[in-house]
Amino acid sequence: MTAPAPTAPAASRLNHLATLESEAIHIVREMVAELERPVLLFSGGKDSVVMLHVARKAFWPGPVPFPVLHVDTGHNFPEVLAYRDRVVEELGLKLIVASVQDYIDDGRLLERADGTRNPLQTQPLLDAIAEGRFDAVFGGGRRDEEKARAKERVVSLRDEFGAWDPRNQRPELWSLYNPRHRPGEHVRVFPLSNWTELDVWRYIEAENIPLPDLYYAHNREVFRRDGMWIAVGEVTSPRPSEVVETRRVRYRTVGDMSCTGAVESDAASVADVIAEVAAVRVTERGATRADDRLSEAAMEDRKKEGYF
Amino acid sequence: MSTLLRLATAGSVDDGKSTLVGRLLYDSKSVLADQLDAVRRVSEDKGLGHVDLALLTDGLRAEREQGITIDVAYRYFATPARTFILADCPGHVQYTRNTVTGSSTADVLVLLVDIRYGVSEQTRRHLSVGRLLRVPHVIVAVNKIDLVDYAEEPYAAVEAEVRRIADSLGVPDVWTIPVSALVGDNIVDRSARTPWYTGPSLLELLETLEPEDAVADSPFRFPVQLTIRPQGAAAPEFRDYRGYAGRIATGRVRVGDEVTALPSGRVTTVAGIDTAAGTLDEAFAPMSVTLRLADDLDIGRGELLASGSVPEASADLDGTVAWLGERPLRQGARVLVKHGTRTVQAVVRGVHGRLDLDTLAPTAADELALNDIGRVQLRLAAPIAAEDYASSRTNGSFLLIDPQTGASLAAGMVRASAEPELDADLLDWVI
Repeated sequence: MTAPAPTAPAASRLNHLATLESEAIHIVREMVAELERPVLLFSGGKDSVVMLHVARKAFWPGPVPFPVLHVDTGHNFPEVLAYRDRVVEELGLKLIVASVQDYIDDGRLLERADGTRNPLQTQPLLDAIAEGRFDAVFGGGRRDEEKARAKERVVSLRDEFGAWDPRNQRPELWSLYNPRHRPGEHVRVFPLSNWTELDVWRYIEAENIPLPDLYYAHNREVFRRDGMWIAVGEVTSPRPSEVVETRRVRYRTVGDMSCTGAVESDAASVADVIAEVAAVRVTERGATRADDRLSEAAMEDRKKEGYF
Repeated sequence: MSTLLRLATAGSVDDGKSTLVGRLLYDSKSVLADQLDAVRRVSEDKGLGHVDLALLTDGLRAEREQGITIDVAYRYFATPARTFILADCPGHVQYTRNTVTGSSTADVLVLLVDIRYGVSEQTRRHLSVGRLLRVPHVIVAVNKIDLVDYAEEPYAAVEAEVRRIADSLGVPDVWTIPVSALVGDNIVDRSARTPWYTGPSLLELLETLEPEDAVADSPFRFPVQLTIRPQGAAAPEFRDYRGYAGRIATGRVRVGDEVTALPSGRVTTVAGIDTAAGTLDEAFAPMSVTLRLADDLDIGRGELLASGSVPEASADLDGTVAWLGERPLRQGARVLVKHGTRTVQAVVRGVHGRLDLDTLAPTAADELALNDIGRVQLRLAAPIAAEDYASSRTNGSFLLIDPQTGASLAAGMVRASAEPELDADLLDWVI
């Protein structure tokens, strides 16, 4: 299952992973060349980690020429935040944190009845984009994640309210990306659009990219809710009917602790995870994200309001 | 080694295209249990007697409400030998725009024909678009053979008609396959119910067709994206580093090769080929690399590094465009032309005819409306080093952009010869 190193020019045809990497580097360079103030959404999640890795390769031997932005829900896994800070420190990046907790504390946002904070990220994100006057926002979003994302462009225009209009998207022709926009508008850019979950993991293996530990199997106190294993933590305590047990689990996605579930797994290494993902029969969002189960079009609705 | 193949599917919902795409995803085990559960649930809610695989691909709220596919959707599936990127182009609304978009990057165009009705007007149009965009391979899936009791005669009739049209258009490589997307005949495995058909199944064919080869026999073309010059921001050994970053569009380059920068015309040699993973002696399309040059040329973004038969830079651009703007294109319009990494102002000197996709013939026209395909001549504010689309899909393509709104207005294909001749042979006309 070991993928060859993406940049090795063994023959006159690139393997699919090297082709995807080259496409992503091309897109990142295009946006940096054409726009004034890009920023990269960086949460410490695997897709944003791969995005950052691609950006580093795109500008080598120079530094990554833009800051990173994290929308912190206040319910993030502590080990992921520690990883985020370590990476930022090592690479000498500028980190901007937009804090959902601050918005809740001063009353600009109200805590939801279900305790989920993912939908609350939109306002702090849009404010941070406006404040930083960012005109290109890189994200690690992939089209295989979700049905609405399957229809999104690599370079996707957002209006002055940050809204996505799925019925009025620009045609994306050849590899001629068009990020032009009017003042107040910006573009969201998804260089990993054509990657699948498996591609991301194969790339992590080929490039030997470190990730937060919770992507790999570990023992954790969890309880069952909505068909998912939820970790016992500050923001997620079991209801009387829910039984806490220690299970061997890992996370396929890392987001807000209140709505991100773990999956039972013995995959302790990248190779194990690749084997698991290749055989798995449930999508990563279906397995681990309560917020995408709200309705058939939950993601589309949030994107229209300015979500990632 | 798994290679990447990009395919586009076109056809209307009525032809069973979404079902075919759903079938490919399902049979290649790219549909996962929770996705299938959702589709099964919605199918039951709608009172359908079967699991509607089309629901796998119609993602937007409006699409599900209206039962139609609105926009190009991208799907991913893989076999041990190949990884596939599928651009699913809907047929109802904006079909030209969608098919042009999907075809622009496709190695293979898959068209759907309902065997009961044969080749439709839309099939002809899609074949024209595939030919115009120079998709290397076209597969016509003749669908719903289960509804004609797997009879050979209606299939043979469709096949003959497809070949006749493809020949008249000069489509280089056309395949036809009798399939039932609903039941699965000849999609993954060859069907026992069509013993008279001896060709490959759809997936077998997709696994064996060769993607476009942008390396062999193609001259080196490298649009410079940006200059990497880190100065004080880099480690001490790279303080004086100066490299030109880009993705090789076609061909290959070796250290020591002589290259010409266009449109400036300066000539130098390649001193080094760098990537973050190390330096290379040789690189080829579509690799993203950074080139160091022997001479300190004053070049940057928008310059094209080329070797071999170097294209001539010109401020006159003659091309065939698929017009995607809401307002008609007329002589005198001011637009931006994006070619490679260069964007220049331009004025439309003239509109010289339109391709009638119904009759497949060129007709006189002096303006282009939404979804029209026609010939235009542009005068550019600065020269570009474009070449014929027929010789390079990358270096022969361009975008027209609205300078005020930034909207993408047209997909353009360069035609190097000068004056258009409407009475000329069609093949000549469509590049």
